Amino acid sequence: MADPILSVRGLKTQFFGPEGVVRAVDGVDFDVFEGRTLGVVGESGCGKSVTARSVLGIVDRPGRVVGGSMKLRRANGEVVDLGTLTNEQMRKYRGPEIALVFQEPMASFSQHYTIGNQIGEGIKLHMGLDDRAAKKRAIELLDMVGVPQPARRVDDYPFQLSGGLRQRVMIAMALSCDPRVLIADEPTTALDVTTQAQILDLLRTLQKDRGLAIILITHDMGVIAEMAHDVSVMYLGRAVETGSVKEIFETPKHPYTRALLRSIPTVLAKPRTRLPTIAGSIPHPFDRPKGCSYHPRCAEIIGAVCEKAEPPAVDTDDGRQVRCFLHGGMEEAKASLQGASA
Amino acid sequence: MSETIPPETILEVTDLKKHFPIRRGLLRKVVGQVKAVDGVSFSIRKGETLALVGESGCGKTTAARCILRAYAPTGGAIKFKVEGREVDLAALSRSELRPLRRHIQMVFQDPYSSLNPRMVVGDIIGEPLLINGMGDAVARRKRVEELMELVQLPRAYYNRFPHAFSGGQRQRIGIARALALNPTLIVADEPVSALDVSVQAQVLNLMLDLQDQLGLTYLFVAHDLSVVKHVSDRVAVMYVGRMVELAETEALFERPLHPYTEALLSAAPTPVPGAVSNRIVLEREIADPANPPPGCAFHPRCRYAVDACRAVVPEMTEVQPGRFVACHRAAELTLAGVGAVEHVVD
Repeated sequence: MADPILSVRGLKTQFFGPEGVVRAVDGVDFDVFEGRTLGVVGESGCGKSVTARSVLGIVDRPGRVVGGSMKLRRANGEVVDLGTLTNEQMRKYRGPEIALVFQEPMASFSQHYTIGNQIGEGIKLHMGLDDRAAKKRAIELLDMVGVPQPARRVDDYPFQLSGGLRQRVMIAMALSCDPRVLIADEPTTALDVTTQAQILDLLRTLQKDRGLAIILITHDMGVIAEMAHDVSVMYLGRAVETGSVKEIFETPKHPYTRALLRSIPTVLAKPRTRLPTIAGSIPHPFDRPKGCSYHPRCAEIIGAVCEKAEPPAVDTDDGRQVRCFLHGGMEEAKASLQGASA
Repeated sequence: MSETIPPETILEVTDLKKHFPIRRGLLRKVVGQVKAVDGVSFSIRKGETLALVGESGCGKTTAARCILRAYAPTGGAIKFKVEGREVDLAALSRSELRPLRRHIQMVFQDPYSSLNPRMVVGDIIGEPLLINGMGDAVARRKRVEELMELVQLPRAYYNRFPHAFSGGQRQRIGIARALALNPTLIVADEPVSALDVSVQAQVLNLMLDLQDQLGLTYLFVAHDLSVVKHVSDRVAVMYVGRMVELAETEALFERPLHPYTEALLSAAPTPVPGAVSNRIVLEREIADPANPPPGCAFHPRCRYAVDACRAVVPEMTEVQPGRFVACHRAAELTLAGVGAVEHVVD
């Protein structure tokens, strides 16, 4: 496979609140390739959105990226670590290199400017076009994302659009400066299923036409199965399992991935059937369990190890990464635990 | 429609309508009507779960609120069997309704905003008992503890405030409160859509278990077809204020009779990589209930539409025993259900 466009290693983002430090992202690794989609999936509090915001350098205070590297390979081959850039420098990358589509299209637009104005803002800043040329480009973009009558719609305000159209406009805005990496954070969660199908279809087409690398963040395993080439499953700030979509769904290795996949309701189920569940609930970020953070809910817990030691990321034979003692790292952990108690 | 409803039926809704006026100008003149629910009929049998599904704005929540009489219906009848007699909830006044309200309870969507943050869990669950003057303080406390056990909440949590609980536990509190008065019918409006998947499964299982244990009857309002498949006996599909199809769950998923149901099933993502091949992507958007298109409201998006669909509103017809559909072409179309691959048109 070609070199990744974006390569993240050991990313750590923490929030420094008055009650203590929340390790929202705690050592995440992933690669994103041209023309491929990386699905990042997990439940609330797993750090999937904070990961996206860290890459873009838009983590809200009191949060801060405290470790790791985020290497972006630019079109000219130059490799830049986004974590080392100042805010001023980072601004040149947001838009032309990496762009973001947010979850809530209504909350992400200004209500006081037309959509044409808002799409044009980035274009004028990054491409140096004048008002007229920017508007022309905005109309082209709206047309590209399937907004009907783009020349008329360009003068609409966000509140005049339906949820589906607003998400199309948001995608047009993200693509306005021709980025190579698109981060979509729950892009269809607020939409109805039939509208969701339209937006996912659009993202697939855009990826095919433009070779976009997409990071798709969602809690919906169905959307992941449909869209992603590679998948990273997150739990409490860590990627517990990363691999190709086929492998993750067909032979999940981490007990959390297995339990998560079993617990999703599907339209293929028999009516009125109980679902397998995961015991307990997601711990509060301040009370993160010691050792493997999944151990209190895990059905396959290994006594005296999982409660104490953190499983390392292990590369498996089929090119997957799993953080679980069932798949490796056990000997080292035992040795170091004995060393500590001796 | 017969005067009295069949013995196993506890609720019968006939031609239910709820129109909201659109007012404009200084004199607040009525310039139009949003027909949120426009002629919906269905019945619920004792001990079953009827799911009401559809996308935003289809009127499913409005219909549920009319049954709860949170809204006064514009038209139609809601016959409800209660205390050995039959009443039309749509025709009752507020004071006539008050003694009957305890028989229909609700489980809300958002467990974060539906519990009073200043009350402890025991008081939240026991409030319906207090309001209805059930027993003394000791008896009420005993009943609340019984309810907490039913929904699998430790009794020790009696004096805790809602903020100490996770989303799934809060939804259990909401369910316990709804059960407090032994209601005849429970209306659950999107009870799991705000929850994480791993917790969603726990709450769905709890609802199924409680139903088996206590013989509860649910009206389950939801947009997520996969959730609906897991809990319901029958499904009613709504589109822009009208019902388009009603059938037993298995039959509806296996062989839908309405093109909208087919599209909705096809749009639901399945957690199987590569299963997306024959998706139907509907064009355009859901019709505006203030200004629905003539004829069948779905015709502008329907790939099977013919001239009749643009002119005549299709009526709900019983095409097989227990299967109702509102489509002019229901008899001639063969639509794809879930799992099916082939599409045969004409």
